[in-house]
Amino acid sequence: MTIALSQFNEVRLDNVSRDFGALNALRNVNLTIRRREFIALLGPSGCGKSTTLNCIAGLLPVTGGAIWLDKSRVDTLKPEERGFGMVFQNYALFPHMNLRQNIGFGLKMRGKTKAEIDRKVDEALRLVRLQGQEHKLPGQLSGGQQQRVAIARAIVIEPPLVLMDEPLSNLDAKLRLEMRAEIRRIHNELGATTIYVTHDQDEALSLADRIVVLRDGVVRQVGTPKELYEAPAHLDVADFMGFRNKLKGSVVSHDNGRAVVDVEGAKISGVAREKLAVGAVAFAAIRSDDLVAGEPGPNALAVTVDTIEYRGREFVGTARSRGGLDFVFRSHVAVEPGAAVHLRAADERVLVFAEPA
Amino acid sequence: MHQTVAPSIIQGPSLRQRLAARGFDAVTLLVVPAAVFSLCLFVYPFAFGLILSFEPKSGGWLSNYVRFFSDSFLYDTIGKTLWLAVPVTLLNLVLAVPIAFRVRLMRHQRLLTTILVLPITLGTVLVAEGLLNYLGPQGWFNRTLMTFGLISQPLKLVHNYWGVFASLVITGFPFTFLLTLSYVTGIDPALEQAAATLGASAWQRFRHVYLPLLMPGFAITFCLSFVQAFSVFPSAVLLGAPAGPTRVISIAAYQAAFEEYDYSMASAIAMIMGFVQLAIVVAVLASRGLFYRGPASGAKG
Repeated sequence: MTIALSQFNEVRLDNVSRDFGALNALRNVNLTIRRREFIALLGPSGCGKSTTLNCIAGLLPVTGGAIWLDKSRVDTLKPEERGFGMVFQNYALFPHMNLRQNIGFGLKMRGKTKAEIDRKVDEALRLVRLQGQEHKLPGQLSGGQQQRVAIARAIVIEPPLVLMDEPLSNLDAKLRLEMRAEIRRIHNELGATTIYVTHDQDEALSLADRIVVLRDGVVRQVGTPKELYEAPAHLDVADFMGFRNKLKGSVVSHDNGRAVVDVEGAKISGVAREKLAVGAVAFAAIRSDDLVAGEPGPNALAVTVDTIEYRGREFVGTARSRGGLDFVFRSHVAVEPGAAVHLRAADERVLVFAEPA
Repeated sequence: MHQTVAPSIIQGPSLRQRLAARGFDAVTLLVVPAAVFSLCLFVYPFAFGLILSFEPKSGGWLSNYVRFFSDSFLYDTIGKTLWLAVPVTLLNLVLAVPIAFRVRLMRHQRLLTTILVLPITLGTVLVAEGLLNYLGPQGWFNRTLMTFGLISQPLKLVHNYWGVFASLVITGFPFTFLLTLSYVTGIDPALEQAAATLGASAWQRFRHVYLPLLMPGFAITFCLSFVQAFSVFPSAVLLGAPAGPTRVISIAAYQAAFEEYDYSMASAIAMIMGFVQLAIVVAVLASRGLFYRGPASGAKG
């Protein structure tokens, strides 16, 4: 393997802030990324994930805090002095250079010899499986191929850190899945420490070793995909992790990690994920997979079916309660739109959150 | 035995459909006014002038051209005009590029653009009047320099080459700048950021990313600015030495037409003027072929 990535132990974001005038795009972000880790920054648009990436790359100066690469401070360096590889959302390939020139650009800027550039570019072309295309211009390539060139160009300079800004958002659904596997394969082969920005939780869950969920410039939760998926710490994180049913109610009781919420008169019990005060507003969050149509009983709510879709193995429906709450649920039997059914979820599948600040 | 004509049902598409397939339909007629306009205002006067230039007052059909190229008082005007137009155009371009790179990042671009458009709207005569007062021997410029003791004699800045030069820079710069700015802002900023993350210094980013992508735009800008400067007339008369170093080709044409009343000779000079411009423009535009000319953004979008 000719592409050998620079050695270091960790990248540390220490109270990093970024203001745009009065707007705090990032507020005191603390994060440590270990070598060979694949980190996904996940959040809705405007949450500060791209700002974080641009601050690390040096494209945006930070307005507070510091960024460290082991013991050396990098946030005061210009982007060209940091040497982090970046994959842009629109790829930003140089339109006037062929693939070989595009991929070799970073090496050329570093004053490498022609022989070394050729050898490394060949290796990068092999890694992204674009051999034989090297004399094409970017405009002659498909979106997926351009994406591969962008990745090759970023990793061929052997950066300590690879930054990817929503790299798959310009591709169609099928290609996105292919490139996702491709990014995973390249990461496994090179072990490049990667920070990957996305708003797609599937991408984050399938690619990342750890996920950082951001909201309004604040880190909401950091954890492995399994931790985030099974135990989101806040309602907005749960929302990102597929908890599509969020039932607003008031806390009836809270003890021993269990909480009971009164939702439109029905008592819904579940696992308390945050500190709850009895009588306060709380949300019972349930995945649509865990909400099943059936008979009345404990932990069940009466609803009227709106729509029902056939999904092969089962049905997925939407419904509305008398109080106007919307539900997404699954069902093993066909229920007619307009039918009155009861939706229920097992206690351990219901997470109870306080109202977000 | 009788054969009937082929039944109409197997006939191909109608004439109208076939014409439409080749791009001729009713919409094509909308070109007519523009065609008439250019025919009357460009093609006819040009053809008229060309023919007129071959009908001299005396001598053979080429005698106007022979006279022009045998009289140094006439053929020198080509060199004198180029000696003004080429440096002025290059200077404007060289000034416009760094300023455009800076202005691209500014927030109050519109205010600056307005200030820059003013010299265009004022016209060359007003600018020339202003410069006569400002740069003249008793003008503010010389008086300020003398007050500070930087010079003892007023600098001769008008009624010579530099007066015309200054006027052409002032009136030509905004035009060059605005064109340059539009080319510079047309390049995806992500390309520069990508180059930066790949280790390219500011100069390398300009040299390897911006410059190759901007060259075709610079060529167009050069041509348009050059043609403007080449046809200089009022400032060459008002601010220059119209009998000496700034006797530009349009002065020669003017004198032939309105001092000698030799319209045929004036037409010949105008034709020569046109062909010099054409030669430069064609040479510059042809050089664009050496550069990449596709879209200047990274992706198909």
